[in-house]
Amino acid sequence: MDELLEIGILPVIVTLLAFRTGQFFQQKTKSPLCNPILIAVILVLLFLTGTGMELGDYQQGTSLLSWLMTPATVCLAISMYEQFQVLRKSTPMILAGVAAGALSCLLTVLLFALAAGFDRTLTVSLLPKSVTTAIGVPLSQIAGGMDSITTAAIILTGITASVLGPGLCRLFRLTDEVSRGVAFGTAGHVIGTAKANEISALTGAVSSLSLVVAGLLTAVILPLAVQLLPQ
Amino acid sequence: MKYLSQFSIILGFTLAGEALQRFLPLPIPASVYGLVLLFAALCTGVVKLEQVKETGSFLVSILPILFVGPTVGIVEHWELIRPQLLPIGLLLVGSTVLTFGISGRVARFFLKKGGTDHG
Repeated sequence: MDELLEIGILPVIVTLLAFRTGQFFQQKTKSPLCNPILIAVILVLLFLTGTGMELGDYQQGTSLLSWLMTPATVCLAISMYEQFQVLRKSTPMILAGVAAGALSCLLTVLLFALAAGFDRTLTVSLLPKSVTTAIGVPLSQIAGGMDSITTAAIILTGITASVLGPGLCRLFRLTDEVSRGVAFGTAGHVIGTAKANEISALTGAVSSLSLVVAGLLTAVILPLAVQLLPQ
Repeated sequence: MKYLSQFSIILGFTLAGEALQRFLPLPIPASVYGLVLLFAALCTGVVKLEQVKETGSFLVSILPILFVGPTVGIVEHWELIRPQLLPIGLLLVGSTVLTFGISGRVARFFLKKGGTDHG
């Protein structure tokens, strides 16, 4: 058993299988609560507990994959370009909405964290909570946050936007497809976009453009927000 | 061959992003520079969509899997988070509701002003 645990590729295979299982549950239940990353993390933790594999060894194994993170994030430009072609006419309005949303997200997190007395590390880890993991996690790392807390916060934010989204559309009287897409993409990144796609193809397209733009804007504003934090 | 050349182009933009991050004194991830450069290249026609599309879609589709490993590390920070679970939860929900409402309302305000209610 111990020899098997030393196979270098094992953590990668365990991760892929855990993620596939998560995807399977999401497809079966169609619920945003069954997030594939969330399920995969729980399954991997069960695997580590069950087999006695060390967390450090597991993470070292999965770092085989992590070099793909930057090229894969660069490729978000492709969907951004495709949606931009379709939505050219509404792009300025979409940009305005996304900018207002990205700014209010950073400000609300900042104010709440200060009021609640969170320490600097926790606050920085929570700041990029509404942008996609691909951009939010490196932002948090550069600013001194912890990537695992950031990923968890990002996923929970996406689930919140997805579950509450349809109700919030009524509450805020977002009746047209474009402003709904802006709201889902800006507040709920990829997970919100999956819900937006259920509403309509146009809402989904706006949401997927919004999520990349929100990520880019946050990348520029977040370092400024961090400056406001007490040392 | 197609996938190999698409992957090479994508890695080229990754490299350019990494280089920019080293030369510019801004706290911005290399991937963000690479993303903006690739978007600009697509808009100007320097790179055609079919030169990156399939490999790019594949890479984007596996992105979530790459975050499983780092996230498992949350068990190490559990002691830091546990006493703060309730305020963290309130923050996540409250800020998400506000972000959702404000981004949607602002977009709607300008859409109405511009007279376009659709794409």
